[in-house]
Amino acid sequence: MRKRSATRLRTPLYFFNFLCFVCLFSAPAAGAQSQPPSVYAITHAKIFTLAGSPIEDGTLVMRDGKIAAVGAAVEVPAGAQVIDAQGLQVYPGLFDAVTQMGLSEISAVNATVDSAETGSYNPDVVAATAVSPSSEHIPVTRASGITEVLAVPASGGFDFGGGPGTPGGQASAIHLAGWTIDEMLIKKSAAMVLNWPQIQTETFDFATFSRREKPYTEAKQEYDRQVKELTDWLDRARHYAQAMEKGSVSKYDRDLKLEALAPVIRGELPVLVFANRARDIRNAVEFCDKQRLKMILAGGEEAYKAKDVLRSKDISVVLRPMLSFPPDEDDPYDRELTQPAELAAAGVKFAIASFDNSFARRLGQNAANAVAHGLSYEEALRSVTINPAQILGLGSQIGTLEQGKIANLIVTNGDPLELTTDVKYLFIKGQLTPLENKHRRLYEKYLNRPKASN
Amino acid sequence: MRTPGVHSLSRTLSGFLCVLYLPFSVSAATPPDAAPVILIQNATVLTVSHGTIEHGSILIRDGKIAEIGQSIKAPAGAQVIDASRQFVIPGIIDCHSHIAAEAINEGSVSVSSMVNMEEVLDPDDIDIYRDLAGGVTSANILHGSANSIGGQTLVIKLRWGQPASKLPFEGAMPGIKFALGENRKRSNFSIPGQPRRYPATRMGVEETIRAAFSEARDYKKAWDDYNKRVAAGEKNLIPPRRDLKLEPLVEVLEGKRYVHSHCYREDEILMLLRVAKEFGFKVRPFQHVLEGYKVADELASAGVGASTFSDWWAYKVEAYDAIPSNAALMTRRGVIVSINSDDAEEATHLNQEAAKSMKYGSLSHDEALKLVTLNPAIQLGIDKRVGSIDVGKDADLAVYNHDPLSAYAVVQKTLIDGRVYFDREKDIANRAEIEKEKKALTEKLKQAEKKPEEKKAPEKKPEEKPKPPAPTPTPTAAQGAATQGGVR
Repeated sequence: MRKRSATRLRTPLYFFNFLCFVCLFSAPAAGAQSQPPSVYAITHAKIFTLAGSPIEDGTLVMRDGKIAAVGAAVEVPAGAQVIDAQGLQVYPGLFDAVTQMGLSEISAVNATVDSAETGSYNPDVVAATAVSPSSEHIPVTRASGITEVLAVPASGGFDFGGGPGTPGGQASAIHLAGWTIDEMLIKKSAAMVLNWPQIQTETFDFATFSRREKPYTEAKQEYDRQVKELTDWLDRARHYAQAMEKGSVSKYDRDLKLEALAPVIRGELPVLVFANRARDIRNAVEFCDKQRLKMILAGGEEAYKAKDVLRSKDISVVLRPMLSFPPDEDDPYDRELTQPAELAAAGVKFAIASFDNSFARRLGQNAANAVAHGLSYEEALRSVTINPAQILGLGSQIGTLEQGKIANLIVTNGDPLELTTDVKYLFIKGQLTPLENKHRRLYEKYLNRPKASN
Repeated sequence: MRTPGVHSLSRTLSGFLCVLYLPFSVSAATPPDAAPVILIQNATVLTVSHGTIEHGSILIRDGKIAEIGQSIKAPAGAQVIDASRQFVIPGIIDCHSHIAAEAINEGSVSVSSMVNMEEVLDPDDIDIYRDLAGGVTSANILHGSANSIGGQTLVIKLRWGQPASKLPFEGAMPGIKFALGENRKRSNFSIPGQPRRYPATRMGVEETIRAAFSEARDYKKAWDDYNKRVAAGEKNLIPPRRDLKLEPLVEVLEGKRYVHSHCYREDEILMLLRVAKEFGFKVRPFQHVLEGYKVADELASAGVGASTFSDWWAYKVEAYDAIPSNAALMTRRGVIVSINSDDAEEATHLNQEAAKSMKYGSLSHDEALKLVTLNPAIQLGIDKRVGSIDVGKDADLAVYNHDPLSAYAVVQKTLIDGRVYFDREKDIANRAEIEKEKKALTEKLKQAEKKPEEKKAPEKKPEEKPKPPAPTPTPTAAQGAATQGGVR
């Protein structure tokens, strides 16, 4: 029997995914371990590389987890698994730059939540440690075309606007596939979370279940105290880093928290600063500038009010979902929706993120809504692919479809930001990854429930 | 105005905690004048009830849809809206909303049927305007989920600028909120200073509802007997003592009040169906009903509707089996399904949320659109008046610049009773004025703070900010001509 040089796959989606599921995730009965194919080629696709114009009738070859070639006149290598993507489109996988992926399963059930450590100073805790590779959120999220995320500790939820922790820990960039966290890791320590203290004159007191008003002077004092404390931590970390360099840190006075802050002090590890109101953003920018920290703004509800200083200090923003109301009643009703276009026009670099797990699959929807309110389509696509990668210092590894980059990509039947588009195939680290998930399982199961007799 | 965390809590606890408002004393916006004759032209008209009309026209007279067709001549004096390249749909109906209310939960008792949302309507709530800007024209204003049997509910029209007395949807059946499951039994939180309250399990929830309806039955019987004897001419009878808690439940038994029951799990859905059967009432729509897809046949054969979320899941245990195909699976089994918001912001893009059922359950374009128009109208018993674009129905319409089942669609105008209550062009044009007014007020406040000794009358507080004014229905010709697709 003559061995075919390339295996052609053009089977119905569900069947195909099922096959992949079986071959990737089931150990063969005999106990022998099968290795997944290492070379794939996607042919006849319209390829949006985001590193140049789209390629019509293009071919993309993946080898050993990386993109080996992409273009109109690329040869399909011998032995490659071939996906004929006639009529389909290829994009980089989406990158959700603030999530609690793997850190929180059911937000109301404390036992399933590991996203926020107690205490205010936890620079040494690392998200990757607590990411559960078996979280149901991971396959549900990737079915919407998201291939990698930043798992962020102490970042609160979708609209909690920041959690406890001024440093709250280290955020980890992860692939949304892998048997273990080590296989999932892109970068274990990608950013240090810093929840910027707010001058809070109004709080909700859960102990008495009532609204509390605080006089401004009192709130300001509390704020000043927090900033001073943070400054002290950074000063100590700076001294500690110097001592480390000089080799004078003995094992007797090793301080893991200060050690964790050392790369922040050296400007090697960016600080992901959660702030929403204009005053908080400006204060944070001033602080980071003075402390010579590499700042990324997260949240940025009113980033547009600080766009000039963000631009001049070259600070990028990870925006919270624009499908949210502005903070003040007299703000234009679409204030959050028009912000991305305004930031783009001002030359501020930004990513759009879900800030959530359950709502991560609304990432594309949010970006599309920004387009509906003036953002260019190209910029919207970039804000959920290459921009987050670049902002987190991963731009040379991921985020566009270029030779040598990690092969995280999606094959769709249309615009990946549109509500009704389906992801047909998804690759993470060059591996065809199943789109099957808890929601599809339940859908299939109850679609096939026999008619109830009553 | 809510505290920052409360919006999210309302998501998590489905409206349980959104009771935290600041009193607000800004002058209300002016509503549009009496409905003129309006002709909308050149639009793609998605009627929902009888297909799509390309290059269609809708003639509106006395607040009603008078004529629909491809070429309608503008009557003399009619206001003509050129909707070229635009899409007109029936105004969106939100079957589960907590806007326009100064309080949501009377959480101290397990049966709070005596309280009524109509008494706490807040016509100045900015969320009315924001939801209008999302194409919503009617909303079912519900009590929260703190009680097995909660407060009385009502349907409103989003007539921004009108007083509270003009918000209720005339003739719409009143409702009552029931709640089953985690919020009700307080699984996820406790209120400091308050002891644990019965019921604390799903078993107790059933018995609370049964006990209340047993009482209501007896109460009804007492009144029926009394009325019978009065009718028979008996004199000097003492009437039964009036019970404000049981009266609405008697209305439920008599089919004069709809039951809207918050629920999640399949078992509690079937529980309430059994209780309803036992006492001879009907649940109108189950609300949230995230596991409705598991018992879709049972819902369909009971003739009960379902009003659910598009893709929310995993925010509590009872939402862990929630799937985005829920609406589609129930639709396929013959249940009348709507997609609701439970959240003022979510309501602004219910059109998009409906579209997801095309992706996750292969509903057709028309079926998806029905989830936020005709189906909620049926569930609320207002489908004779609204929910589709048909002659004789109220001219409640939303105009989009794109197919409304796309994430790229933006509402351009929203009409209620044939009046333009939201006009995006005018909203944008008014922004500079609002900004100016805010600056002036802030300046005044600063001056007042500088010279406290000279301060006489209290100045406006900083949080009292002007709101976007409601548009008037007769814009100037210049405004119309300035942009394509505008009012001529």
